Amino acid sequence: MTTMNRERTIVLWCPDWPVLAARSAADLPPDTPLALIDRGLVFACSPAARVDGVRRGLTVREAQFRCTGLLVLPYDPVLDRRAFEPVLDGIEALTPGVAVVRPGTCAIRARGPVRYYGGEEAAALALLAYLHTTGLAGARVGIADGPFAAEQAARRGGVPVRIIPPGESAVFLAPLPVGEVVDVPLGILLARLGVHTLGQFAALPAQDVHRRFGAAAARAHGRAAGHEREEVVPRTPTPVFDRGQDFEPALDRIDQLAFALRSTADDFVQALREQTLVCTAVSILVTTEDGSLTDRTWRHPRWFTATDLIDRVRWQLQGDGRAGSGLAAGIVRVVLSPERVDAVANHEDGLWGTGPDERIHHALTRVQGLVGHAGVVTAGVGGGRLLADRQRWVPWGDDTAPGADSRGPARPWSGSLGGQTPSTVYREHRPVTLLAANDRPVSTDDRGGLDGVPVVFEPHPLDVGTDGTGRHTVVAWAGPWPVQERWWDPATARTVHRVQIVEDTGDAWLLALDDQGWRAEARYD
Amino acid sequence: MSSTLDGTPGRAAPGTAAERVTELRERMNGMQRARWEPNGRALPGGLAGLLPNGMLRSGVVYTVENSTSLIMAILGAATTDGGWGAIVGLPDFGVEAALGFGIDLERLVLVPSPGDQWLAVTAALVDVLPLVVVRPQRSVGAAEVARLGARLRQTGCTLLVAGTWAQSEAALRVTGSRWEGLGTGHGYLSGRDLTVAVIDRNGPRRTERLHLPDRAAGEAGSVDGLPVSRRDPARAVPAARRHPVAG
Repeated sequence: MTTMNRERTIVLWCPDWPVLAARSAADLPPDTPLALIDRGLVFACSPAARVDGVRRGLTVREAQFRCTGLLVLPYDPVLDRRAFEPVLDGIEALTPGVAVVRPGTCAIRARGPVRYYGGEEAAALALLAYLHTTGLAGARVGIADGPFAAEQAARRGGVPVRIIPPGESAVFLAPLPVGEVVDVPLGILLARLGVHTLGQFAALPAQDVHRRFGAAAARAHGRAAGHEREEVVPRTPTPVFDRGQDFEPALDRIDQLAFALRSTADDFVQALREQTLVCTAVSILVTTEDGSLTDRTWRHPRWFTATDLIDRVRWQLQGDGRAGSGLAAGIVRVVLSPERVDAVANHEDGLWGTGPDERIHHALTRVQGLVGHAGVVTAGVGGGRLLADRQRWVPWGDDTAPGADSRGPARPWSGSLGGQTPSTVYREHRPVTLLAANDRPVSTDDRGGLDGVPVVFEPHPLDVGTDGTGRHTVVAWAGPWPVQERWWDPATARTVHRVQIVEDTGDAWLLALDDQGWRAEARYD
Repeated sequence: MSSTLDGTPGRAAPGTAAERVTELRERMNGMQRARWEPNGRALPGGLAGLLPNGMLRSGVVYTVENSTSLIMAILGAATTDGGWGAIVGLPDFGVEAALGFGIDLERLVLVPSPGDQWLAVTAALVDVLPLVVVRPQRSVGAAEVARLGARLRQTGCTLLVAGTWAQSEAALRVTGSRWEGLGTGHGYLSGRDLTVAVIDRNGPRRTERLHLPDRAAGEAGSVDGLPVSRRDPARAVPAARRHPVAG
């Protein structure tokens, strides 16, 4: 009897946990029909959506057909786990030794809380009462011999608290389908053999099951028979590295904020350092007086020091307007939480070799302090037809842009420029004039050729030098080469005709003709 | 040191020990030279004709008034040893062309629009990088020129100014170019003969000719736009010698 008592397990289950987590993250009203999509299929849905017939495993299109007002969000397992963390902390405050089965479900060894609260029912009610205070009104509790039976009791009870008396787990589990304990192929095989329920499965001799179907099936057989070997292994609470600071009264100047945040940032770095960790990506959450939140993840090419953290907070608040230090709204709270940590051993300075790069990094960080985070970039060449599309800028310290393989420069970009690459590629629109012999603007005809021979070229006023007159004779030209992009999408469709010209002063240009007329796309200077 | 000498098999012959000592001395001298670089880098081929002594000296300012290609050629040739470079204030810098000139984009930092801070940004960069290109956003006072010049001499950085500068070692200006490959209505631009006017600080005003880019590397770099292996700088032969008359 004592051994039986030791296996008694309490399982708490919050139905539709992924939906609850997503809803609280996106701040949606509770009656919104919501579905979370994982790899094109519905992973979870809210009760309102379920009423309309949305089920797990449907395709997105089918779900939207059944429920036209359905809000579709991608499923985020990390969000699930993160949202469950505070709930776990609260449960651990009531009773120690909590094991997470999956986000939304946790198991507790029953002995401690039952003795403390004076009975299984009382313990279950105490836990439920806590969950109700946090807003999880639909939570259920099941108590049985072993975590599996207890979870089934919680899920299938239909009542907030379902207690299966000791030794009766097998009876409770007997009518459940056999697919609850075995994987899909074995489930199909068992069904073909005429074994449909856990009771039928449990009735098979344990040795035969082991010999015929292997160790996993033997474990499943133990579960079905109500003798679970698994024990509740309490989680070790992970150390919390998040550091937040409240400001009362609210701060409205960045320099004040930077000063006030210094000790918090030091503490953040020091706490990680004590665990021999460094932070390589941090998420900074800033709350302002008017209740708006800004959340941004910052990466670091090496790892964050306290000064780096404060710089990131400053850049996040200033954005690109790097002029003043005043803020639009007062800051009431700043939270720093590490997104990615790494062992400090991987980031130790070498005795030789890392020196120059480290100095360069420090200098560039200082320049970022002057011109903003996005003001210092490294460049790369990507795919595209127009020259400006092929240039990629990545702010110093950020990861290089993903998706390089699908839109990389190595792909066949039909219509991209051949020959020499121009050294100046204009980012801004620079209208120019290209005239034929009778001072008539050159354009393209219906067959995609030029309707006149270009003779006169006038560059944009910004490109006219101090000694230039601004009107030049074209001595050589070639083109037009058409570029037609995304013709199937009217919003982003683009048709451009490109022409190379050389003018009498020896300057060479790449011009592009679109609906707005000629512009200088690039210059060979 | 003595153990190295003892360990060498050449100790058996009396003459070889002295040779070895000489060789080691030369190596030590070589290492000392590598650490102390008073002069700067020698530029290859046609670029050498542009600059005084064929050298891109450390700690001084050169100006290139009106050609981004020439800046890229110098930058590409001067950073073949894996040095870093920075471009300040050129938002329209053509990255793909830079790749064609053999510039390592992973070691190139751009500050495209520094605004009013351009001088401060430049000053911060010349402290650590061996080569910085800057386009001045306004005319610079003599005091600022002197201050930046002192900083350059101290850190050994070479500053390439895309524009004009008061005290420059040499001022380059493209006065004419003859293009290859483009006709009237056919072809595409493939190469270029440059005429560069050079105002040397202590020499006469002269005119040099140059072919950009080097034919083989230019085609490999620009046709497919892929990162090409570093251009062999020795092949940048002056175009005047290779193509006496460009048609």
